[in-house]
Amino acid sequence: MLLINCPWCGPRDETEFSYGGEAHRVRPADPSALTDEQWADFLFMRTNPKGAHKERWVHSHGCRRWFNVERHTVTHQILNVYPPASAPQPVQDIEAANGDAAPASSQKGARS
Amino acid sequence: MSTYSVFSLIKNAFSNHQEWDRAWRDAAPKASYDVIVIGGGGHGLATAYYLAKEHGITNVAVIEKGWLGGGNTGRNTTIIRSNYLWDESSALYEKSLKLYEGLSQELNYNIMFSQRGVMNLAHNLHDVREGMRRVNALRLNGIDSEWMTKEQVKEFVPAINIDQNVRYPIMGATLQRRGGTARHDAVAWGYARAASARGVDIIQNCEVTGIRRLGGRVVGVETTKGFIGAKKVGIVTAGHSSVLAAMADFRLPVESHPLQALVSEPVKPILDTVVMSNAVHVYVSQSDKGELVIGAGIDAFHSYGQRGSFHMIEHQMGALLELFPMFSRLRMLRQWGGIVDVCPDASPIIGKTPVENLFINCGWGTGGFKATPGSGWVFAHTIATGQPHALNAPFALDRFTSGNLIDEHGAAAVAH
Amino acid sequence: MTNTHRTPTGGTVDRSKTISFTFNGKSYQGHAGDTLASALLANGVHLVGRSFKYHRPRGILSAGSEEPNALIQLERGAHTEPNLRATQIEIYEGLTASSQNAWPSVEFDVGAVNNLFSKIFVAGFYYKTFMHPQSMWMRVYEPIIRRAAGLGKSPQEADPDIYDKMHAHCEVLVVGAGPAGLAAALEAARGGARVILADEQPRFGGSLLGSRGETIDGMPALEWVAKAEAELRSHPEVTLLPRTTVTGYFDHNYLVMAERRTDHLPRGSKPGVSRQRLWKVRAAQVVLATGSHERPLVFADNDRPGVMLAGAARTYVNQFGVLPGRRVVVFTNNDSAYQAALDLHDSGAAVPAIIDLRKSVDGPLARKARAQGIRIITNSAISEVEGGKKVRGVQVQALAADGETVTGPAESIACDLIAMSGGWNPAVHLFSQSMGKLRYDEALAAFVPNLSVQAERSAGACKGSFALPACLAEGAEAGRAALAAAGLDAAEPARVPTAEALEEQPLRPLWIVPGKKPVGQKGKHFVDYQNDVTAADVLLASREGYQSVEHLKRYTTTGMGTDQGKTSNVNALAILAKSLASPIPQVGTTTFRPPYTPLTYGTIAGRDVGELADVARVTPIHAWHVEQGAVFEDVGQWKRPWYFPRGAETMEEAVRRECRAVRTSVGVLDASTLGKIDIQGPDAATFLNRMYTNAWLKLDIGRCRYGVMCKEDGMIMDDGVTTRLGPNHFIMTTTTGNAAKVLDWLEEYLQTEWPELKVYLTSVTEQWSTASIAGPKAREVVAALAPDLDLSAEAFPFMSMKEAVVAGVPARIFRISFTGELSYEINVPSHQALHVWREMMRVGARYDITPYGTETMHVLRAEKGYIIVGQETDGTVTPFDLGMDWIVSKQKKDFVGKRSYARPGAVDDGRKQLVGLLPEDPAFVLQEGAQIVEDADNRTPIPMLGHVTSSYYSETLGRSFALALIKNGTNRLDQAVYAPLDGGRIVKCTVTKPVFFDPEGVRLHG
Repeated sequence: MLLINCPWCGPRDETEFSYGGEAHRVRPADPSALTDEQWADFLFMRTNPKGAHKERWVHSHGCRRWFNVERHTVTHQILNVYPPASAPQPVQDIEAANGDAAPASSQKGARS
Repeated sequence: MSTYSVFSLIKNAFSNHQEWDRAWRDAAPKASYDVIVIGGGGHGLATAYYLAKEHGITNVAVIEKGWLGGGNTGRNTTIIRSNYLWDESSALYEKSLKLYEGLSQELNYNIMFSQRGVMNLAHNLHDVREGMRRVNALRLNGIDSEWMTKEQVKEFVPAINIDQNVRYPIMGATLQRRGGTARHDAVAWGYARAASARGVDIIQNCEVTGIRRLGGRVVGVETTKGFIGAKKVGIVTAGHSSVLAAMADFRLPVESHPLQALVSEPVKPILDTVVMSNAVHVYVSQSDKGELVIGAGIDAFHSYGQRGSFHMIEHQMGALLELFPMFSRLRMLRQWGGIVDVCPDASPIIGKTPVENLFINCGWGTGGFKATPGSGWVFAHTIATGQPHALNAPFALDRFTSGNLIDEHGAAAVAH
Repeated sequence: MTNTHRTPTGGTVDRSKTISFTFNGKSYQGHAGDTLASALLANGVHLVGRSFKYHRPRGILSAGSEEPNALIQLERGAHTEPNLRATQIEIYEGLTASSQNAWPSVEFDVGAVNNLFSKIFVAGFYYKTFMHPQSMWMRVYEPIIRRAAGLGKSPQEADPDIYDKMHAHCEVLVVGAGPAGLAAALEAARGGARVILADEQPRFGGSLLGSRGETIDGMPALEWVAKAEAELRSHPEVTLLPRTTVTGYFDHNYLVMAERRTDHLPRGSKPGVSRQRLWKVRAAQVVLATGSHERPLVFADNDRPGVMLAGAARTYVNQFGVLPGRRVVVFTNNDSAYQAALDLHDSGAAVPAIIDLRKSVDGPLARKARAQGIRIITNSAISEVEGGKKVRGVQVQALAADGETVTGPAESIACDLIAMSGGWNPAVHLFSQSMGKLRYDEALAAFVPNLSVQAERSAGACKGSFALPACLAEGAEAGRAALAAAGLDAAEPARVPTAEALEEQPLRPLWIVPGKKPVGQKGKHFVDYQNDVTAADVLLASREGYQSVEHLKRYTTTGMGTDQGKTSNVNALAILAKSLASPIPQVGTTTFRPPYTPLTYGTIAGRDVGELADVARVTPIHAWHVEQGAVFEDVGQWKRPWYFPRGAETMEEAVRRECRAVRTSVGVLDASTLGKIDIQGPDAATFLNRMYTNAWLKLDIGRCRYGVMCKEDGMIMDDGVTTRLGPNHFIMTTTTGNAAKVLDWLEEYLQTEWPELKVYLTSVTEQWSTASIAGPKAREVVAALAPDLDLSAEAFPFMSMKEAVVAGVPARIFRISFTGELSYEINVPSHQALHVWREMMRVGARYDITPYGTETMHVLRAEKGYIIVGQETDGTVTPFDLGMDWIVSKQKKDFVGKRSYARPGAVDDGRKQLVGLLPEDPAFVLQEGAQIVEDADNRTPIPMLGHVTSSYYSETLGRSFALALIKNGTNRLDQAVYAPLDGGRIVKCTVTKPVFFDPEGVRLHG
């Protein structure tokens, strides 16, 4: 059960989120200009790295916002959490999202 | 290689079992091979065996970074069936099932293939409709499959609960009687022993770190034991396919996910059939050792970590007890995870890569074990002849460009 | 005479409370505080089970959760449980237990005949035989193997008990309440942390419970434990959980614990109280103080009842006041067993000898033993055990210089107990589960924690620090460090409890103790007791090339039993290393997988069983449907009325009546389950234009449009009608099953692909309830409900929406149709829906308004050729395949899925298309899922054209009909195709267009 630090809601259990796969794949502005190979590359091909992976999550059972997570695919350690550049910026310091276990302060916050 | 039999057992008992040969030779890598198979799991070992047996290519090495069968071969729930929906899939899996029938004798290694039947339960009208579709398609493809009413289900699996006053009552099931289970480790060991006997070099604890190419053609592999030349190379590294593909500078339509499984403490026989349910999402069988072997779906996130999250297990247990309330007091003994390659259409990729003479066999998702012999057989054909066999031609990598996918999601039972 | 082996005094059992229980049909008595194992030993019972393969008689090896031998079937009937460890079962009045895997009795077990074949039944023998003839495997060999395998028996009835779960957060979770754990918990609690302290035993104290004479802070150890517990209890933020095993250590400091809440009480005595509880803990910091497990020595016939771990023997005498033997030979390679010898001796047992593998011993403990007159025989080994179902004595011989053989004359020593110690393994299981890396410690001959990965630290024996002062110091230090790491300040300086240090001499690892003949030739050197794996098996596996630790485990099954190798893993690994002449760390260690000890499936499932297995969603009208006797269908999580039988009607009769009512008068369907998404914002129309295949920019306010949504691969994902409520406001409907998926899908595109679009999505599925009124008299019914509304076709045409007051309730009325009839969908706020529904039934009574279910809906829509996503589609179907080219815009430059239609696979000749089928026999209804072929042929295999997606009897048409997806279907109109059914019947069908009723749409426009 991963602990994911939603940029807007703070640390929450993985079960509150849905996974959205590799991040920073941008839908082509004009798909009709692509060859079949290029379209297949966008649709299906994935980097699927063993190591740090930039991926998307959505806080489905919370604020319903999409955001990005950089996570190690072997250790599952979360290296970074950051909202999409275009999204409203969260109030809380993103740096606090780094690291494996949540800082005690946010754990305490989850108590009430 | 000495032959295994009850007589050889008795004979060896007199010499305190000191005289047994090694099951397979522990080879040091040669400078080069006709074919290198990367990955010493069931599929890779089967590929090497059929290269030797069917194509007379014996200058072959299987290179394994850890121990034979240490990946998904040794981590799956050992289910074997060929009851897939689409013609292309059922033909491939049926080839595999047919090879399993008689594999113990062929390999002279008892893989304990037990055709105790695989049952896929239907819990709603959609399940019934899709079950019927599948039964009819399989039957007309000449593959055994039948529909069972809920009363027949109960007769076949007495431990199951067909009470209609539960959340998702059982409405019926499909049954493939020829399906069943086998001892997964034995499949790897049996193929390793038989391949080794035919001259294949089996090299463990040797990790491939690079794929050397010259002018778009593969010439060998860099390993932790040095460079090994090869005329042809086959990648069969379920879970790590993308990592190997990256070494040859191409990408795959594959994502690696954890798949978890667990066993109970052993109990006396209580369940003789493999029971699977897509709707409540669990599958269960009882091993010859008496353990209930249980699996379910994959974890959502990418991982190479061979472990998943506990909530998957919680859901799985709720589902199990929905089908078998009497198992509530049994206990989980051990849980583990494997890494499965998942393709967008839940079908494998077996064939050529963008690199000449480099072939790949991957993307089996949660369903690779049942395909082991067939996969090895068609992959050996593909490597030996340079062309896919008719059975694996539809499973080429270029189907993702053409759009001719073989989608086993929608109508698949639990896809594994 | 009972309790023959109970010491007159001592121990912590409550001698004032006598408890009666039954074992193998015989009554015994024990005391409160006894385990089944201690109570049996108190009664002189050692033989409690039979082994897995050879059915060797087995006794009690340990005093804890590592027990491999003493597995028990507890209770009978619905409460029965297999494979419980006698060493962990707390006895209660009326307890009934029996041995497993023995027939007819544990004393005389027919299965022991396997012993005769033990020369053949070596590791992996089954891979080498049972292959011929092939047919015998399934019919003869395997059934025999299956019957022989398994240990206890599964219950045959549903579980009468309930289970529950707790979620918890804390700063510091301390695992294990021995000296280290208590010291850690005290420091963390004093700093104000939320602390959870969990221990698998019923009482706190850990190893101190089985100790004697130790003092902490100048008081007897157990007094210190009581004081520590009392102090912890005084901290409001501390949760103390005895009888709670931490079973799993997962990612991000998430741990799972199983608490046994009523297992120590008579069955059924706590109705309504959960039997076991699953705790799911997210801990900022974890302190592992999980102790250690003693290793057996691997000597010939080391499995005889009466061979026990020395530490366990010590626990039985000290904690339970039970003498497991009256004449005890101690066999050891280290100092710890001397303590057992001393305590047993002190309690009145004779200790004729301590046999020590070490060449010489001269530590304080050895000196103490000598002072007590106990004979110490060094550099010697037990080369033979006398006795079968119970130890009668041992033969002792001197070791050769290299320790590989014994030499010289054998001395017989009579005894009834062998207390052995091969050293101690730190219980690194949870550390290993946390992904921590282990290191082999040569001095301890054991694996110890090395590199932590998670926010965790080990203390005490589980870290390889066995001495009491070190346990206490490390515990206190770990508690403080955890406190600091959790961001809390310690309020006061550390108070490290003090205890007396005792110097210990190094152990001598001798992984195989030589016997009178080479290993495997006389007696059995057991490594894994439960699975009957011997040292000879390990050596055989190694010879055959199964040299990876995992191969060894899997080939021999060592470490695969219910104890998961707690007593056997390191011995097996060391013997393998010895056979390979490699250092142990080079051979590796096995992965420790969860759970630490087994936990019931009931605990893991918790309350998510029975009717709580999954949410059942019902509409606001549900109660009315139930009143009407509706039969329900599960659609996703929803309960939908399938049909409404009247009297003794069959389903077929009911559906025909319902269909007739809609086509001739009026019917009503509860369509509340359809997904409803409120879409607002200045870019709403643009957004819809990108998500749907057809055009949306010019839809007028108050008008409705049908849309198909595809994935990027061009395959249909969902469909539904969307209505423009205002310039920037739409309401979308989705299929029942896909509502959540579609909302997620839309949201994902909005946020991640087109964040510049100003669009806001809200699910309103549960806020609006929908009644779909259909039939020639639909207008009359709506008119009666909403008298102020102009329902003329001109004022309120097909595919438009009006707001109106319906039965006094503000409503949205959509004139849309899924039946082909004149039809209105009345949407009202859910909390008023039942009222409106009842009014509708009242005013509709004069038209005999008929409620209909999903089956009738399916028939009526199929007559019109309307698809159902998931039935006519399966993720491989494009709008073109369904003949719906009209819904795919040619003008739009792009929409989700468009690019994929240009791929070769989307335009292949061989694609399937939706067609109608009319079976030759108009009374015969094809099976849905029937496959279609070209010729009237029964052969297999036979190429298939496609399959029947929907099939019904049509009351309207007076005949059966079907929809099918078949290859080149549109080119086969009026041709014959065939459906070969199971059983040999071949049904001839004519291919038609997929619209069977009112193709011009006269009725729905009426």
